[in-house]
Amino acid sequence: MFPQQLINGLTLGSVYALVAVGYTMVYGIIQLINFAHGEIYMIGAYLAFTAIAVLHLPFPAALLLSMASCALLGVAIDFVAYRPLRKAPRLAALITAIGMSLFLQNIAQAIWGANTRPFPFEAIPKFFYASAFSLVQVGGATVATVGEIPTEVAARPDLTIVLQISWLQVVILTVSLLLMVGLHLIVHRTRIGTAMRACAQDQMMASLVGINVNRVIGFTFALGSALGAAAGVLVGVYYNAIFPTMGYRVGVVAFAAAVLGGIGNVVGAILGGLILGLAEALGAAYISSEYRYAIAYAIMILVIVFKPSGLMGSPAAERT
Amino acid sequence: MLELRGVTTAYGLLEAVKGVDISIRDGEIACLIGANGAGKSTTLLTIAGVLRPLRGTIALEGHRIDGLSADNIVQRGVSLVPEGRRIFPDLTVAENLSLGAYARRDRAAIANDLEWVFGLFPHLAERKGQKGGTLSGGEQQMLAIGRALMAHPRLLLLDEPSLGLAPRIVEQIFEILVEINRRGTTLFLVEQNAHLALTVAQTGYVMETGRIVLHDRADRLIKHPQVRSAYLGE
Ligand SMILES: Nc1ncnc2c1ncn2[C@@H]1O[C@H](COP(=O)(O)OP(=O)(O)OP(=O)(O)O)[C@@H](O)[C@H]1O
Ligand SMILES: [Mg+2]
Repeated sequence: MFPQQLINGLTLGSVYALVAVGYTMVYGIIQLINFAHGEIYMIGAYLAFTAIAVLHLPFPAALLLSMASCALLGVAIDFVAYRPLRKAPRLAALITAIGMSLFLQNIAQAIWGANTRPFPFEAIPKFFYASAFSLVQVGGATVATVGEIPTEVAARPDLTIVLQISWLQVVILTVSLLLMVGLHLIVHRTRIGTAMRACAQDQMMASLVGINVNRVIGFTFALGSALGAAAGVLVGVYYNAIFPTMGYRVGVVAFAAAVLGGIGNVVGAILGGLILGLAEALGAAYISSEYRYAIAYAIMILVIVFKPSGLMGSPAAERT
Repeated sequence: MLELRGVTTAYGLLEAVKGVDISIRDGEIACLIGANGAGKSTTLLTIAGVLRPLRGTIALEGHRIDGLSADNIVQRGVSLVPEGRRIFPDLTVAENLSLGAYARRDRAAIANDLEWVFGLFPHLAERKGQKGGTLSGGEQQMLAIGRALMAHPRLLLLDEPSLGLAPRIVEQIFEILVEINRRGTTLFLVEQNAHLALTVAQTGYVMETGRIVLHDRADRLIKHPQVRSAYLGE
């Protein structure tokens, strides 16, 4: 059903958008494709898992703890791995990023094991899996329901479900939206956000007005990593599965989303994420679920061929 | 106020500035003139902390500043208006100016300085919400100077503020520079327009291939035969 795929696609897309934003912000400021960003997403999921399973924290607290820890992790990675290479050829940092990605995967495997784990079920609020909204057709009439479908309707033999949104999907969409609005406010309304944009445009000039460029870069890593971790936690709950290589695939799709939107452009990355999420859901439903990833790459390649600067890419973004 | 002793700065193996001595007194306008590629910009970038000197020392009011990072040097009261203005093109005029005061916390004084800058450059006040990249060349130069002033510098370094501007705008900008100096800011001005620079400055330095070859009072330099033939086209 089309409306259902739309909602599924938006849910997936909002998660891609959260991850894509991290790629694009870091690229915008230091022109580095941070391959380790997908691993932040993975570690974010595991940290929330541990916070719930070991510390018995409630879900929202686990989410926040994971975001804060990954923000610090992002800063630490920049400090030890990328900062010493700031003046080195770009390829050196790129290779370091790939190495960091593998390193984090192995660390995760050593700590949490290589097997896929379910998210600690008991900590997830039960209502997450309940229906928040549904649209069903019975006997030629369309019935919209907020909450669970009434049992007498659900029992009808001629029932077709047009659309069903779970509370979990509502939570994912809401949390993603809030985080992206928050990000926008930080980037456009705060002192440090203005400094971030200044550094992305002209680092030498930024230092000449008194900005500590390394500190701003660190802050950018923190912000991107916190959002990436949130995405990892949300997906971990959504698919109820976390594993050490889960960051790889999402990382590639989210990077594609960043390129699609115009690398360096935050709004573009969000748009790119939503488009790829929708394409994946619709492609899986109407073409073949085996091609779902190929569709994302095909879209990215088409954009690179026909509009290399991306959907929202400005000539300025290409220059930096 | 500022003392350079034997400053040498290199790009890789190329020494662009070679053992330069410069001394700038508190409250004056000093200028540095020289041909293309003489090393003028390199000198300013070294003072501002963007480049590190290979040898030599730089002292601001007796305290060494060579080796400090650029953002640190701004906080000590030295601001650079770089060659080519380098305003942030995608930020608004107001954002560009507020970044000038990035290192400061004294809100009331910042607001005062902003008012002063808008008084000096009324054009900027009218274009507050406009992106820096949409301004004309003259307006961009004004914005670059205004942004540097927002750091409340004691010493303002200017790299070719007249470059590429119509004579009328250049005249306007230099009037404002003199006004800024009268308010107590020391100026160190790099110019290819030697006549203009030596007219507003009290002290002048002439640079050739990385070395200071002449140094004197500006009113004497402007009459110096070597300066007249090489830089004043006479
Ligand atoms: N980033 C750089 N890398 C390598 N060499 C450089 C760099 N910048 C300048 N140079 C060289 O250093 C020398 C001095 O350059 P500098 O820009 O300081 O000269 P300038 O006096 O400011 O010239 P202009 O009047 O053209 O601005 C020149 O030979 C120039 O080619
Ligand atoms: Mg120059």
